[in-house]
Amino acid sequence: MDKFSRIFERFLNAGKDALISILQEIQREQGYLTQEAVNEVAVYLQIPTSRIYSIATFYDQFRFSPQGKNHVRVCNGTACHVMGSGKVLSEIVKELKISAGETSRDGSFSLETVQCMGACSLSPVVETGGDYHGNVNPEKMRTIIDQLRNQED
Amino acid sequence: MLFNIEVNNKQIIAKKGETVLECLNRNGLNVPTLCHMNGFSPTGACRICVVEVDGKNNLIPSCSHPVEEWMKIKTHSPRVIKARQQIVELLLSNHPDECLYCERNGNCELQDLAIDLNVREKRFSGKKNMHKKDHASPSILRDPAKCILCGRCVRVCDETVSVSAIDFIRRGNRMVIGTAYNKGLNLSTCVDCGQCIMVCPTGALYEKTHIKKVMDALHQPSLQVNVHFSPSVSVSLAEEFGFRSGKDISGLLIAALRKIGFAKVFETAFAADAAIYETASQLSDSIKSGNKSTMFSSCCPGWIKFAEEFYPDMLAHISTVKSPQQIMGQIIKESYARQQKIHPENLFTVSIMPCTAKKFEAQREEMTLRGITHNDAVLTTRELASLIKLYGIDMQNIEPEQTDAPYNLRSSAARLYAVSGGVAEAVIRTLNFMITGNEMDNLKINELRSSASRREYFIKMGRYQLGFAVVSGLAEARKMINEIRNGRSDLQFIEVMACEGGCIYGGGQPIGLSEKDIKARAKAIYEMDDKETIRVSHKNPGLTELMNKLKKQEVDGSPVMNFRTSYSKRNILL
Repeated sequence: MDKFSRIFERFLNAGKDALISILQEIQREQGYLTQEAVNEVAVYLQIPTSRIYSIATFYDQFRFSPQGKNHVRVCNGTACHVMGSGKVLSEIVKELKISAGETSRDGSFSLETVQCMGACSLSPVVETGGDYHGNVNPEKMRTIIDQLRNQED
Repeated sequence: MLFNIEVNNKQIIAKKGETVLECLNRNGLNVPTLCHMNGFSPTGACRICVVEVDGKNNLIPSCSHPVEEWMKIKTHSPRVIKARQQIVELLLSNHPDECLYCERNGNCELQDLAIDLNVREKRFSGKKNMHKKDHASPSILRDPAKCILCGRCVRVCDETVSVSAIDFIRRGNRMVIGTAYNKGLNLSTCVDCGQCIMVCPTGALYEKTHIKKVMDALHQPSLQVNVHFSPSVSVSLAEEFGFRSGKDISGLLIAALRKIGFAKVFETAFAADAAIYETASQLSDSIKSGNKSTMFSSCCPGWIKFAEEFYPDMLAHISTVKSPQQIMGQIIKESYARQQKIHPENLFTVSIMPCTAKKFEAQREEMTLRGITHNDAVLTTRELASLIKLYGIDMQNIEPEQTDAPYNLRSSAARLYAVSGGVAEAVIRTLNFMITGNEMDNLKINELRSSASRREYFIKMGRYQLGFAVVSGLAEARKMINEIRNGRSDLQFIEVMACEGGCIYGGGQPIGLSEKDIKARAKAIYEMDDKETIRVSHKNPGLTELMNKLKKQEVDGSPVMNFRTSYSKRNILL
């Protein structure tokens, strides 16, 4: 539809190879990939929707639900992983009852895992709303979440 | 180019360009495979086919590695065997330990590998897959917990069926196979053909069973339960009961069905004669009125759904004649019920089909007459085999029987429906009679009998030069439709079957058979056609009688059966 034609126009001659770039553009504009958008891309590029969904879910960068008010990004790069980002992540999952790529039902939190934020000296690193928290452990993570919750009220 | 390579200390001849696996198999050497499928692009995903090559640090997957001149291969060295064992152990580590309750117990490639590789100990106990079953489709059930991610279903759905209803979702240890947005199969582009079931090595895909429904009906005294079986079923059961593959066991099957408790046993082929007659008249009317457009066949429910999804512009070109399953169901619930003075509500009709899409077709809303569904349950050939086993019928030691009157006659043309090309051949025979008033000199049309995915045949009937085509596999149907869209006009009739080879390799047939077995089925059908006396549908006396009765009813103004249906565009995700 016309809604996405502006994006499609930018990749006129690229053909199917443009899939990821188009999805990135759509996510940049909408904040996440709506089903409507993916269906449009499928028709435009003549790629089955199942294939696009397959490719999009392969990468951590694509979301299928809108970001929450507080978007939590947990680094899962090598250094952070070694320093215990897994435990931090499980703590968040336990506390917010959402897994990576999801948004809580009330829309207050969303969670994403990323590969290296370039702050390995502070590992494990968590970013929330532009603030970088270093040397996070499960306990510290709980405090961060509580603070974010209180901010809301 | 040919050259020698060394395998297990012996020289064998290799061809340039082939994979190591192809070379080994050609020389009679077997290597276990799991994700590999003959005729499909290799993925090298499962690694079970690894072999050891001198000078290479890692084991190489034979299915995807091209053979090279310097190679010295060991196919069963201790290192190779250990690696294969470990792969199976790892696959089993998160696989549900439910073999005894599994649909595929005794016919599972994972089970077979565990046996062959002598896996006797649980060394790794991982977290079990806890994915939920997908019950949403009327025909196919997905159990992703049992999926080992070999990707065979994904490839067959993409490459032969060309609908790509399923694909891999996510990655790593969170990977599953599912539809777009991981919704139910009913919301995807799935055409219910069941080819994914045919290639699944484990119990992750199987049909939605109607066995319980049928048994419940059989035990209900107020219901008369009748059954009709499709032309391909009686040549597809032989292997299950120890006969040579392709042997036609219609007589035994009829006897077995009576022993199970079905009141009347009919052959769907009777209705196939009706379908051929109707399709040929529709075609003949169109040709005689000077219409040059193409007509597509309508017997395959997978193809119909495919057209409704992807080619709504072609729906007007599809013959409106119902499929034999639906016509037979209707004949039983209408004509037979009237004759026997039984209220159709007290009849329960079971059809036995080589097909999972027939389960979908049976529940389409068009397939009812005055609120009565044509068929109440659809069993696949596989379900039939297990029903016969369940009732303890010894197929080797029963006497053959015949189908029940008044639908006990059929032409051999009707049985050709089982094979790709058969519908076109049967229609041509009757069409020729309708146009010229004479039978064809030679009823056998060799041009339509090969196993190629596309066959074409041109013939002059009376003053008309007519073209016929057969496509098997929906990927080929796409190519054909594009030709029609681009203005190709020399074809008057195109037969489409969703499954390659036709119903003899339908998605409801027994799993795990070789290409040879499938060919034996086609051969059996063709041999039957050569031998029989009634070889054209319009000469089936039972059909003539039924048609006369119908005409009389029409004149009387009493309600008549409806052998025609309609199609509508489906809004699906591409």
